[in-house]
Amino acid sequence: MSIIRTENLCFSYKSGDDENQIITEVLKNINLDIKKGEFVSILGHNGSGKSTLAKHFNAILLPSSGKVYIDGIDTSDESRLFDIRKRAGMVFQNPDNQIVASIVEEDVAFALENMGVPYEEMRKRVDDALKSVGMYEYRFHSPNQLSGGQKQRVAIAGIIAMRPECIILDEPTAMLDPHGRREVMKTIKNLNKEYGITIVLITHYMNEAVESDRVIVIDRGEIILDDIPENVFSQAEKMKNIGLDIPQTSELIYLLGKEGIKLDSHIITEEKCVEALYELLKG
Amino acid sequence: MLKDITLGQYFPVDSIIHRLDPRYKIVMIMIYMIMIFSGDSVICLAIGFVYTALAVALTKISLKVYFKSIKPVFPFLLFTALLNILFIRDGDIYFHWKFIKITSEGVNTSIFMMVRIILLLAGTSVLTYSTSPIVLTDAVERLLSPLKKIKFPVHELAMMMSIALRFIPVLIEETNKIISAQKARGAELDSGNIIAKAKSLIPILVPLLISSFRRAEELATAMECRCYNGGEGRTRLRQMKSGKADYIALSVTVFFLILTMTVNIKLK
Repeated sequence: MSIIRTENLCFSYKSGDDENQIITEVLKNINLDIKKGEFVSILGHNGSGKSTLAKHFNAILLPSSGKVYIDGIDTSDESRLFDIRKRAGMVFQNPDNQIVASIVEEDVAFALENMGVPYEEMRKRVDDALKSVGMYEYRFHSPNQLSGGQKQRVAIAGIIAMRPECIILDEPTAMLDPHGRREVMKTIKNLNKEYGITIVLITHYMNEAVESDRVIVIDRGEIILDDIPENVFSQAEKMKNIGLDIPQTSELIYLLGKEGIKLDSHIITEEKCVEALYELLKG
Repeated sequence: MLKDITLGQYFPVDSIIHRLDPRYKIVMIMIYMIMIFSGDSVICLAIGFVYTALAVALTKISLKVYFKSIKPVFPFLLFTALLNILFIRDGDIYFHWKFIKITSEGVNTSIFMMVRIILLLAGTSVLTYSTSPIVLTDAVERLLSPLKKIKFPVHELAMMMSIALRFIPVLIEETNKIISAQKARGAELDSGNIIAKAKSLIPILVPLLISSFRRAEELATAMECRCYNGGEGRTRLRQMKSGKADYIALSVTVFFLILTMTVNIKLK
C-alpha cells in the first residue's frame, strides 16, 4: 500500500510585477511512491526544493500541475483537507515556532482539541503520545523549561496524538545540539519500528540518512537518486557533483579507492567499515 | 535566568483558593469590587477587611509577598491622600494656616480611599497569585462564551492572549541574543543622552520585529497542520468543574456583599 504518491508533480511560483514576470520552477515532474511503514530520507542542499516537496505532502502547498495522493486522497480536494492532515502530520525545523500552548500536555492536545475529540479519548491519546516520545514526566512543564531536543519531541508528540499514518519531518534536528539530535533520531526510529508509522525525514545530515530504509536525493527540483542508502552513498562522485556530502565511512572508502585500495563501496556503517579495514590490514 | 520568567505572579501552592474553579474566582472578584466600593462607613470597610484577610490567609502565601505587591503603589497612594486632604474643604476644620485647611471630610475621604485601594490590590493579588495566567485566560474565554452569539470573537481573543503568553519568554530570550549580537558589533546601547539611547534601540527592535513576523508565519502553518480551524467544534483538555467548595466560596462572598449593603442602608 502506498501512503504518499505523486504523479508528475510540478510546482512553480511567479514573482516580479505584471510586466516582467519571473516564473521559478521549484519542482519538476516528481514521481514518487512511498509505501506504508517505510522510513524515507530526502536529501538535497539548500534551495533544492526538498522543503517545498514536503509541504505538498500535507496540502500546505498544492501542485501547479500533476497530482499528490495521500492514502489515496487527492490533496487538491479541499473538502478532505483535514482528513489529509490527520493522516500526514508535519514537524518543522524550529521547535519553538510550532508549540502553541504554555503547558506540554496542552500542546500535545492541541490537534485533538481542534478535531473535537471527546475528553476521555483525548486524555488517553495525549498520555500515549507523550509516553511514546518519552516525555510523559514533563507533561506539566512549560515548553520554556525544556531543551531543544525535548521541545522537538513534544512537537512530535503533538503530531503522534493525531494517530497519523505518516509523519513528515522537515529538518527536525537542524537547530539542535548533537545530544538533542540523537534524542530526536532515536524517537523517530522508535516510532517507525514500534508503531509502524511511515517516516519521511528531510535532512542534510548524512549520518541521519544512513539510518533510513530509502534515500531520495533531490537537486534543482528533480529526483537524482532513489535507492537504499548503500547504493546512494556508494556513488560518491555523483553526490559530490551536486554539492552534497557523504557519510564519513563512504568518504574514507572513496578516498582509499582513489589511492588504489579497493574496499566494498556499499559499506556505510562504522562497524562494517572497521571490520573491512581490519580484514584488509590482516590480509 | 530569564528562562524561568513567569508572567503575572502565580505562586504554585496547594491551597483551597488555588483549587477553586477559576470562573468562580473571577465572578467573586467582581462581587468583591462592588463590595469594597459601595460601603461608605468604617464598619463596611471592616467587613471588607475581614473578607480580604480570610482570603489572603487561605491562599497559604506569605504576607510578605502581598506587601511586596502593595509597596510600589504606596508613594502614589500617599500622594493622592495628600491631595484629598488639601483640596476637600468641607466638614469641621482641624487645622488652618494661610491657604492650608485640613478638614474632617478631607481626612476621612483620604483614609477611605487608601484603605479601599489597598484592599483592592490585596484582593486581586489573591486571584493572580492563586491562578496561572493561562488558566485565567481560559476561564475568561468560558465566562464570555455567551457573547459568541452576538459574534464577539471570544475564542480568537483568548487564543491571541494565550499565544502572547506563550511567546513572551521566547521573545525575551531572542531580545537578549540580539542585544549581545549588536554589542559584539560595537553598538553602544547604554551611553549618551536619552535621544541617543532611544536611537540605539532601533537596531534591536527591527530584527526583533522581523523575526516575530517569521515566527508568526511558521506558527500559523504549524497550527494549520494540526487542523486548527477557529473555535468551532473544539473540545478541551482542561476541564473546569465546579464543586461544593466553589458554591460555598461564592455563597460566603455573596453573604459579605449583602452584609455590606445592609450596613450601608442602616447607617444612612
